[in-house]
Amino acid sequence: MAREASKGHKAVVTALAWGVALLIFFPILWTFLTSFKTEGEAINSHPSFLFFDWTLENYETVNQRSDYLAHFWNSVVISLGSTVLGLVIAVPAAWSMAFVPGKRTKDLLMWMLSTKMLPAVGVLVPIYLLARDAGLLDTKTGLVIVLTMVNLPIIVWMLYTYFREIPGEILEAARMDGATLSSEILYVLTPMAVPGIASTLLLNVILAWNESFWTLNLTAATAAPLTAFIASYSSPEGLFYAKLSAASTMAIAPIMILGWFSQKQLVRGLTFGAVK
Amino acid sequence: MTVTFRTLAGASLVVALMGTASAQTTITVATVNNGDMIRMQRLTPEFNALHPDIKVNWVTLEENVLRQRVTTDIASRGGQYDVLTIGNYEVPIWAKQGWLMPLENLGADYDQADLLPQVAQGLTVDGKLHAVPFYAESSMLMYRTDLLEKAGLKMPENPDWDFIAEAAQKMTDKGAGIYGICLRGKAGWGENMAFLTSMNNSMGGRWFDMEWKPQFNAPEWKKTLDTYLNLMKEYGPPGASSNGFNENLALFQTGKCGMWIDATVAASFISDPKESQVADKVGFAPAPVRKGGSNHGNWLWSWNLAIPATTSKAEAAKTFVAWATSPAYTKLVAEKDGIANVPPGTRTSLYKNPDYLKVAPFAEMTLTAIESADTQKPSDLEVPYTGGQFVAIPEFQAIGTSVGQQFSAALAGKATADQALAAAQALTTREMTRAGYPKK
Repeated sequence: MAREASKGHKAVVTALAWGVALLIFFPILWTFLTSFKTEGEAINSHPSFLFFDWTLENYETVNQRSDYLAHFWNSVVISLGSTVLGLVIAVPAAWSMAFVPGKRTKDLLMWMLSTKMLPAVGVLVPIYLLARDAGLLDTKTGLVIVLTMVNLPIIVWMLYTYFREIPGEILEAARMDGATLSSEILYVLTPMAVPGIASTLLLNVILAWNESFWTLNLTAATAAPLTAFIASYSSPEGLFYAKLSAASTMAIAPIMILGWFSQKQLVRGLTFGAVK
Repeated sequence: MTVTFRTLAGASLVVALMGTASAQTTITVATVNNGDMIRMQRLTPEFNALHPDIKVNWVTLEENVLRQRVTTDIASRGGQYDVLTIGNYEVPIWAKQGWLMPLENLGADYDQADLLPQVAQGLTVDGKLHAVPFYAESSMLMYRTDLLEKAGLKMPENPDWDFIAEAAQKMTDKGAGIYGICLRGKAGWGENMAFLTSMNNSMGGRWFDMEWKPQFNAPEWKKTLDTYLNLMKEYGPPGASSNGFNENLALFQTGKCGMWIDATVAASFISDPKESQVADKVGFAPAPVRKGGSNHGNWLWSWNLAIPATTSKAEAAKTFVAWATSPAYTKLVAEKDGIANVPPGTRTSLYKNPDYLKVAPFAEMTLTAIESADTQKPSDLEVPYTGGQFVAIPEFQAIGTSVGQQFSAALAGKATADQALAAAQALTTREMTRAGYPKK
């Protein structure tokens, strides 16, 4: 009797989970489907779900009009570059905060997070002027630096939480065995924190890939990533929903595939530390 | 002999190639994703055939993104762009800041006198053009001829708002999903406020009096908002408070709207049988006036090409700007894509071309609308500003959008007309005082 009830309970929860997942995924699916419709079909007020004339013309147009590979490459360099640079800075920072906390470590962590509370547009002009004077406008280097800064608080926070789960005694033991600081971080701490570091890396690649404020505002023709690629298909005067959907699908496909293959790692990393 | 000749020829070829390589200038053009601009982008090879020494890089962005992007760059003298696509709202403001290069001597065959005077006027500061128009639009009434006939009505030469209300009522058949009128409801200075500012002009109202005092407490604004809300609530489509140009275009093209008052550029979309289900049943009339009035709202928008003062490639930029807005470009588009696709509203000669008039049934009405738009004197009352569906002051973007939010809320039923007008009056007064108006 009790077992049957729990079975029913499980079915309800499973159905609910599927429902929520489909609800979240639906806009992406709809974008994907719309990208294969004609512009006329895309605005139809009685849209058909699957039974329409599938066409590739939107993808053709998009490929003719813009250089997808150039934008894609810029996105790869910017998101990977900023994440790796961020990790290089954040691993030692999180190490010191987790294992040798000072009196103000907590304040420092909060302060770092507070930079995320300011709307980005508030510092647009100063950053724009700095980038201009440093000759970094419309360069990948400039964007890597800015996105590193933007995501650094999150990287440090995530690593800090993961590192705190690692018993300090292990590091102490390494030190007793004569490990230097750098080899302690590199050979003892890092391997133990691999799931945490991997999920930080993945999450930040996704964040940097999707970042649209700075990537749009600091680029023009040469360093523009896929966010600018999408923005070039949106229009307030003219119906280009199908082409916009095709551009969006092409822009999110790489990161979705990456997310799909690394979802185990991602989930493990995100729940790491949650179970005591 | 042959060897020497070959060597010489080879050497001169190398020199020639080096010459072109070092002399090539790259210009970056920022533009919006509208059909005519995409066509210009596609025709770049034609420009390169004439000017192989100029390479063109395109940056195409959504209008609001572009506006923010370009404003940041020009205000901070970032120098990222050599040619900008900007509206006639920005041109006079930016020109006065010294941000734009005056455009003179655009070439012998440019024929500057051919530019429509109403359009050119809005781009002229201190007697000099500071941008050249790429395409221009006014507003007009687009309607379904079949539905109007079914309603037993005939479109007058100059419809007034009373007629619009009557026609909207008779055309509406909510059961069949047909709404008598579709108008913009989405908040924004370039969305619902473009329409409402222009409608208020036609009602005899204005944004500010000569002392720069906001006029939302005046009877004209009350009449405007009441008429608008009544039309939309009784005969408009559901969820209209989130409808902008594109949403209404989709509704009209799929046969849901009896009438639609919006930018003239919509006419070419709704009469295109490839896109529109009602292409053969559309009629055009001037934007409505108040009973006995003659003011059609003075809506005038142009997308223009301008050269920022910060560019180091002024000559190349000027060559490009002149090419893209010249009579020769019109001819090129006509040859490549057909004359119906020529950018409209900028040149008098286009509207005298019988080939164009034949393929574009909306051409005459578009020209009438543009010619009747007076942006220098938009209201029947005296005003201290210029601009038809906007007020050409830098503060208008922010104020217009805030007021637009109040009116959009009223349309959604979250506030009454009086509450929305009072809120608009309060916030505009506050912002204008803060900005230091009246200015000397």
